[in-house]
Amino acid sequence: MTEHTASLPPKPPFWNNPQIRALIFQALALIATVAFGWTIFDNTQDNLHRLGIASGFGFLSSPSGFDIIQTLIPYSATSSYGQVFWVALLNTLLVSALGVVLATLLGFIIGVARLSKNWLIAKLALVYIETFRNIPLLLQIFFWYFAVLRAAPAPRQSLSLGDAFFLNIRGLYLPAPQFQPGFGWVLAVLGSAVVLVLVLARWARQRQMATGQPFPVLRTALALLLGLPLAAFWLTGSPLHWEYPELRGFNFQGGLAVIPEMASLLLALTIYTAAFIAEIVRAGIQAVSHGQTEASFSLGLSSHLTLRLIILPQALRVIIPPLTNQYLNLTKNSSLAAAIGYPDLVAAFAGTTLNQTGQAIECIAITMAVYLTISLLISLGMNWYNQHVALVER
Amino acid sequence: MNTAKSLTISLIAASLLASASAVQAGATLDAVRKNGFIKCGVSDGLPGFSYADEKGNYSGIDVDVCRAVAAAVFGDAKKLKFTPLTAKERLTALQSGEIDVLSRNTTWTSSRDSAQGLNFTGVTYYDGQGFLINKKLGVKSAKELDGATVCVQAGTTTELNLSDYFRANKMKFTPISYDKSDESAKALEAGRCDVLTSDQSQLYAQRIKLAQPDQYVVLPDVISKEPLGPVVRHGDDDWFDIVKWTLFAMVDAEELGIDSKNVEEMKKSTNPDIKRMLGVEGDKGKDFGLANDWIAVVIKQVGNYGEIFERNVGKGSPLKIERGLNALWTQGGLQYAPPVR
Repeated sequence: MTEHTASLPPKPPFWNNPQIRALIFQALALIATVAFGWTIFDNTQDNLHRLGIASGFGFLSSPSGFDIIQTLIPYSATSSYGQVFWVALLNTLLVSALGVVLATLLGFIIGVARLSKNWLIAKLALVYIETFRNIPLLLQIFFWYFAVLRAAPAPRQSLSLGDAFFLNIRGLYLPAPQFQPGFGWVLAVLGSAVVLVLVLARWARQRQMATGQPFPVLRTALALLLGLPLAAFWLTGSPLHWEYPELRGFNFQGGLAVIPEMASLLLALTIYTAAFIAEIVRAGIQAVSHGQTEASFSLGLSSHLTLRLIILPQALRVIIPPLTNQYLNLTKNSSLAAAIGYPDLVAAFAGTTLNQTGQAIECIAITMAVYLTISLLISLGMNWYNQHVALVER
Repeated sequence: MNTAKSLTISLIAASLLASASAVQAGATLDAVRKNGFIKCGVSDGLPGFSYADEKGNYSGIDVDVCRAVAAAVFGDAKKLKFTPLTAKERLTALQSGEIDVLSRNTTWTSSRDSAQGLNFTGVTYYDGQGFLINKKLGVKSAKELDGATVCVQAGTTTELNLSDYFRANKMKFTPISYDKSDESAKALEAGRCDVLTSDQSQLYAQRIKLAQPDQYVVLPDVISKEPLGPVVRHGDDDWFDIVKWTLFAMVDAEELGIDSKNVEEMKKSTNPDIKRMLGVEGDKGKDFGLANDWIAVVIKQVGNYGEIFERNVGKGSPLKIERGLNALWTQGGLQYAPPVR
């Protein structure tokens, strides 16, 4: 036995050990990556220094000196470039968030319509999808902006609806709500109504599970959500006034204005993305085997309940991951705003601010980091939702 | 179009990151000689300053400055490659080395000269910011523009002056900033904005592009100083000198009465100033690393300052702009160049 051990071949050299070799290669790859990053950083510093270009993020606190057409937070030409960043970011988020909501609604409707048994509705949905997903988005933005909204009348010839709503080439003007003291009560009552509805829904579900007795949740919820705040509104003496837009001088003043740049961008993003979402929804529904529907019918469930309880929960599992992609695309596509003068992050920050300060690297780096962050946050949220609706495997 | 633009900006930023040795003293002239042409950044379409016709031939005062530099370096005013740039792209394109010289109605300001790493080589056109408005609105002065919607080009000094002017006069306005001057002009025509603001020379140029130029009027108010000139990068003094003195030489030539037609005759002149300029006497070209008769070539192929002005924006052009501030100092204007000696 001992003789046998002694006759073992000598220990192989360490570079022949696959584990050690893997470690060495990983270390080499790491060193190469760090060296590459360092070279780029060092080169940039060197080039900037030689060209005499100031660098750093100090410019964010200096005054911008220019105005912006749409600002959701207080902003003037005396505000800082940092404030420009927030204004621009909020403009991007506004159009993206509205776009996501509207595209989802429209996409689901078109997607279901595509599967309709009504020949006309199904074909109309098909034409919609094939038209809008095959025309480049930029062209669609130009179409809405230059062809459709540019055809609106001049301010003095505005189309008006009851002297409260006005449409002209400068935008859509709506009455703006002016909240009076006491409106907080209405909001508080609305909040408690929401809580009440949630509790009610939970109780109704538990009761149905236990006894099989359904409860008309939808009707009760609507009554609560509308009735309670309205009662509070009346009791507090209608603490809400409307400020109507009014033609003074060159333009309408007062009220809320939806500028055509925003409207055309939102229209184009919604309609374009909805075409893709519709296809995703159709695929998701078709992925649920028809046997599920038949089984549901034979159990006596109505077609509405079949859709809500059997098909949609299973279809959502297929729909969510590609839907996330569409949300990401929509957000990133909103940067085409720069083409029509909507002050989004790319136009107002990576464009105008970059140009006025000359801080190309800083501005582009910040902008890229922001889009990356938004995209990761959307992914994160959608992944969480996906896990929530995913099939629980046992 | 716009994706291409954001791509350009990102690429330019990336090339700033990556370019190992974009510029060193004297490097631009060597690189230009090696390429065999000068990379010149011009406007994306402004009649009188830089405008490409249907055949793609560029003309304009800014274009002629580049042609003069090419004539000085190569003895051939055609050795050029033009890059049309929007206002937003222009400075980054120069900083990153995409172009050798920027001749694109760019205003000389302190921050561009210092923090942005650029050198202005002189003034090709003394301009000021004004307003173009539809006659129908009956506005006679910029002071009556309270509450107006104003179209302006993004990333310009114009955008800053506009805010300053309205703030100083306690007036309100709504800005719409487009990337391209053409988009602003179209928006004015469609009535998206009440008034278009830009340098006055540009307003005249924009006006002749409108469908009904007579319907529009440039208001008399001038709200800023806009000295426009060619720009080069910091850090290459030799190249800076060549571009600067090409411009000076054209102004000096006008003052001395040398033009593209009489330049050969003038070589026989007895005036020592003229002899020195045209390289008949002395070796002034060598100091720049250029041919001794480089000024004569520039004048012969491109013309003196007065010729360039009249041909592109003055009497001989559809713009019909008066010399005004751009006349020679001897005729009551501001154009004054140091002597060649």
